[in-house]
Amino acid sequence: MIFHRLKHISWDLALGVYVTLLVLAIAVPFFNLVVPEGSAFHLSTYMVTLLGKYMCYALLALALDLVWGYCGILSLGHGAFFALGGYAMGMYLMRMIGPRGVYGDPVLPDFMVFLNWKELPWYWLGFDIFPFAMLMVVLVPGILAFAFGYLAFRSRVTGVYFSIITQALTFALLLAFFRNDMGFGGNNGLTDFKDILGFDIQSDATRSGLFIVTIAALAAGFAICRAIVGSKLGKVLLAVRDAESRTRFLGYRTDRYKLFVWVVSACLAGVAGALYVPQVGIINPSEFAPANSIEAVVWVAVGGRGTLAGAILGGVLVNIFKTWFTGALPEFWLFALGALFVLVTLLLPRGIIGTALHYREKHLEKKASEDNAFDEIAPEQPHDEAQEELERAGA
Amino acid sequence: MTLELSRSLLYLDDITVSFDGFKALNALSLLIEPGEMRAIIGPNGAGKTTMMDVITGKTRPDEGSAMFAGRHDLTSMDEARIANLGIGRKFQKPTVFESHTVWDNLLLALKDSRGVFGTLFSSTSASQKEAIEELLETVHLTDASMAMAANLSHGQKQWLEIGMLLAQDPQLLLVDEPVAGMTDAETAQTAQLLRKINETRSVVVVEHDMTFVRDLDVKVTVLHEGSVLADGSLDHISSNERVIEVYLGR
Ligand SMILES: Nc1ncnc2c1ncn2[C@@H]1O[C@H](COP(=O)(O)OP(=O)(O)OP(=O)(O)O)[C@@H](O)[C@H]1O
Ligand SMILES: [Mg+2]
Repeated sequence: MIFHRLKHISWDLALGVYVTLLVLAIAVPFFNLVVPEGSAFHLSTYMVTLLGKYMCYALLALALDLVWGYCGILSLGHGAFFALGGYAMGMYLMRMIGPRGVYGDPVLPDFMVFLNWKELPWYWLGFDIFPFAMLMVVLVPGILAFAFGYLAFRSRVTGVYFSIITQALTFALLLAFFRNDMGFGGNNGLTDFKDILGFDIQSDATRSGLFIVTIAALAAGFAICRAIVGSKLGKVLLAVRDAESRTRFLGYRTDRYKLFVWVVSACLAGVAGALYVPQVGIINPSEFAPANSIEAVVWVAVGGRGTLAGAILGGVLVNIFKTWFTGALPEFWLFALGALFVLVTLLLPRGIIGTALHYREKHLEKKASEDNAFDEIAPEQPHDEAQEELERAGA
Repeated sequence: MTLELSRSLLYLDDITVSFDGFKALNALSLLIEPGEMRAIIGPNGAGKTTMMDVITGKTRPDEGSAMFAGRHDLTSMDEARIANLGIGRKFQKPTVFESHTVWDNLLLALKDSRGVFGTLFSSTSASQKEAIEELLETVHLTDASMAMAANLSHGQKQWLEIGMLLAQDPQLLLVDEPVAGMTDAETAQTAQLLRKINETRSVVVVEHDMTFVRDLDVKVTVLHEGSVLADGSLDHISSNERVIEVYLGR
């Protein structure tokens, strides 16, 4: 019977996430757009954007938790997929500037005019078409992840070695995107965006719209991850995490399973980056910085690895803390982050949600054993129903 | 030879495996017939586990050939492919999926599509549930079906792993020291279980426990320093002087 209850915990938690996101999606635009500016309850547009940014980070954390928490793949390079999604969106936004740039060129972005380029490089073609750009947001990180993962998993690179090469990947991209001749605006990146889908990117309404879309993307990402984790494939992932070679001897091609979640995760990270860029108004190579990817790992660890909801919570909480901390002591942020990581690892190894779930389970187990006398005289459940319940208990 | 090869289920010929010059297997040859159960004994380090590693694709031999069912060259396949051919393996140290329930351990092992998208959209059918229930009964874990595998006793883990082996529905089972750490009663039950399994499948079992091997009452092969020292009935090899010297008489 206890498993019946456990199933409910996981549902309660998911429901909590969906309800919270729904409330945010309604309340944030409401307090910004409807409540007048003079009112004490008015939410500034700055806050809307800041919250939107947190939601993007939460989606990145979710993507990371899918591979790290459920498949044991510790990526120290997820920032790369985030940034690539961001660049794809940035390229669309650059093309939307049109002739309104400083140099007034109808097609070429300012930085290309400045570099004396005469025509658009081939890889910029099509980015003025929104659906194409959105496809690239998912495809570019997805294809890179596929190529990278295919090679790494097939040659059975695991553990620390894998983590290190993901760091190398994001660092290599950092260096590449710094170069002016790459055609992505070099050091300055892409910025000075004007509008998105015809809406003024600076307007309050657009900001709220972007916030709502980000929440929707986060909710969809959460639903996708839950579906994966709750399926039989999700059970295989845990098996790979805990005993990969045993899983192989059962006949599973573990490299393909890893490749699958790895690519899904990279695509989610790309979407997070794409939503981030119009809200912060810029994308530059610093998004590839190895430290960013490591930060994302800390978010997941703080919230609770392998819980999905915990990743979202960690992504938001740590960034609230970061906003506050960098306001007060900007130079010390990396130390604070390190300290946070050490503290969580030592004191709260399951993370916030993980610890809460653990105690709830313990509590229910205790209660169940106290209820045992009752369970024994209670009529037995019809077989099928009981079995189905057992099935789902893992979900 | 060809005839013999095509009839035997497992055919190891002249297998050599060396680790940094040390020969863990030294020109080992072994034939297992369909439906046969074979016990393998030998002192520590004789190469018993390494032999299983070769058969299941974990280790590539430096020399020699390993054929399954007369036509599959095992030395050219990876672990997953070999498992799907119908060779199941139980490890010396019981390895089950600790963070899964007993039920889920069996579900994962159950013969079914092993493809990524097959498992993503799979749901457990009524016949699969029935199969799992039957397996639970066979390995005496019905009451523990919802327990986390991590919380099982050592003996229960051994059984769960045997259950997982059966769930794969293999033609050939390789069982490495199944009764290590079991009580006498559990050991006897395990012998009974293996004999039952052997009614429909071939089994190769590695074991140190001589009472257990006697219980199985099958042909015994003695390995020593990576090759076969002797084989025959337990009584026959017990009287072999070389065997007494290197193993039994320790
Ligand atoms: N990966 C490896 N690298 C180096 N040496 C190895 C490796 N695997 C096995 N060996 C060596 O090969 C020899 C045979 O080992 P194996 O595990 O096959 O013995 P075993 O017969 O199963 O012994 P036991 O009864 O102790 O399980 C041992 O000396 C062992 O140290
Ligand atoms: Mg061994």
